Amino acid sequence: MIPRHLPPMEARHEYLLHLADNALVLGHRNSEWCGHGPELEQDIALTNLSLDLLGQARLLYQHAANGIGEGATEDTLAFLRDASDYRNLILLELPRGDWGLTILRQYLFSEFSLLQYQALQGSTDTQLAAIAAKAIPEVTYHRRWARDWVVRLGDGTEESHTRMESALATLQPHLGELFSPADFERTVTERGIGIDPSTLRSEWTLRVRQTLDEADLAVDLSSLATPSNHTGMDGKLGRHTEDLVRLLAEMQTLQRTYPGNEW
Amino acid sequence: MEKQFEEKLEGEVRIEPRDWMPEAYRRTLVRQISQHAHSEIVGMLPEGAWITRAPTLKRKAILLAKVQDEAGHGLYLYAAAETLGVSRATLVADLLAGKAKYSSIFNYPTLSWADIGAIGWLVDGAAIMNQVMLCRTSYGPYARAMVRICKEESFHQRQGFESLLVLSRGSAEQRTMCQDAINRWWWPSLMMFGPRDSESTHSDQSMKWKIKRMSNDELRQRFVDMIAEQVKVLGMSLPDPDLRWNEERGHYDFGEIDWDEFWKVVKGDGPCNRERLETRREAHTEGAWVREAALAHARKKAARPADAA
Repeated sequence: MIPRHLPPMEARHEYLLHLADNALVLGHRNSEWCGHGPELEQDIALTNLSLDLLGQARLLYQHAANGIGEGATEDTLAFLRDASDYRNLILLELPRGDWGLTILRQYLFSEFSLLQYQALQGSTDTQLAAIAAKAIPEVTYHRRWARDWVVRLGDGTEESHTRMESALATLQPHLGELFSPADFERTVTERGIGIDPSTLRSEWTLRVRQTLDEADLAVDLSSLATPSNHTGMDGKLGRHTEDLVRLLAEMQTLQRTYPGNEW
Repeated sequence: MEKQFEEKLEGEVRIEPRDWMPEAYRRTLVRQISQHAHSEIVGMLPEGAWITRAPTLKRKAILLAKVQDEAGHGLYLYAAAETLGVSRATLVADLLAGKAKYSSIFNYPTLSWADIGAIGWLVDGAAIMNQVMLCRTSYGPYARAMVRICKEESFHQRQGFESLLVLSRGSAEQRTMCQDAINRWWWPSLMMFGPRDSESTHSDQSMKWKIKRMSNDELRQRFVDMIAEQVKVLGMSLPDPDLRWNEERGHYDFGEIDWDEFWKVVKGDGPCNRERLETRREAHTEGAWVREAALAHARKKAARPADAA
């Protein structure tokens, strides 16, 4: 019998899975562009991001698996949990949309992720602190790359501007979730392992507003919907969209069809 | 000038972009290098289709990096073609218009995970035979691009073989998957070397110009000899009843390629020809607004001196 690692689990493990799931799911969405990008150079660049995110996810899963024990591995955690066990943000599981949406989501998340990893460098979990330190140069680059594209596309043509506005409208309702702490986040914050994401909000808002101004894109960042008052969806609690269910069905197909095999 | 060109070829001195070269030499190189570049780009599709379904995170990372390498190879090769005075945009437009060819192998479908291993082992293996020879091709930029590409390709081939090795030692289903992939990719891989020497229209001249250094049939034989040995390590078989070691020749004998199928796929009627081109066209069309926006932004920026400060 292969362990499925269902909750309830320790807050520390749930937190690591939350961070890992974020990276894996966003990396997956970005990797869907591989071979389909608007230009060869951008295809390569976005694939680089996917690889970095996948690398971060693997380190986080491996760390979680060590803590969980009972035969857990990076692969049992990624491939044998259902959507309701996944702890990623809804923002990251939404379909990739057009290049504008992909870029904007990457940018908004990278700004957040950078602040989060910077804070996690001081984690009392030294392995997590080391993973964060390793991720920072990567995320710094992701942020810069995506920011340049947000400005380029916001400023570019009438069409690109309209597309960016529409991407922003799609993503805006899911931004509140970034800053709304789940119970496991409160617990790990108390123990000095993790950080309360609501403390990152003002710095994030400042940076994002500056970028969006430069891109000539208007958005209200002052009143972001919290997960519960929006749709009842809450990624951190495992209440996801159908999109994640389909994503996992595709991603997990071989492990689920041929359980227990080496690949 | 022609004499100088001939002397360089004779003396194994590389031809460089600024050197005089016969127009037909230039045309042949543009055709060959751009076909090669297109093959890298179209070749991203059959493998790319399994990125989201790779069975482990490690395999996913390996596959993503591999497909990304192919995009990189496409870039070097388009750059090499551009040294001959043709733009990448023109070459890509020819591909999308169906006027340019790419390797027929990518018109076959990837039906199982084992296909990813089989492509690495057989398709990249066949490509390497050709590419190792091209490291010594007479045109400098092409030869140099090939040196870089060969290093990465041989890495891909080892990864493909290793992935099949795991399947070959796995469950009954995995072994079946592995054998089935080998069965489907074997003959198309042999076709990658092109028509028989007696029927190859471009070969003679390309050999004289030292663009090619070995004939299609010679390269194909080398490949068969290599794979016929490696397949034993997998404990699998190649789908050719005529395959056997010929002591006298010091080579493996092998059966006849289905040349009807070969020409059918070359002419556009393979299992995935339409789909592959359609996918490339779609990516190009859907990306148009992004490319236009990037240009418009760059123009605006150039026109706003304040931004430069």
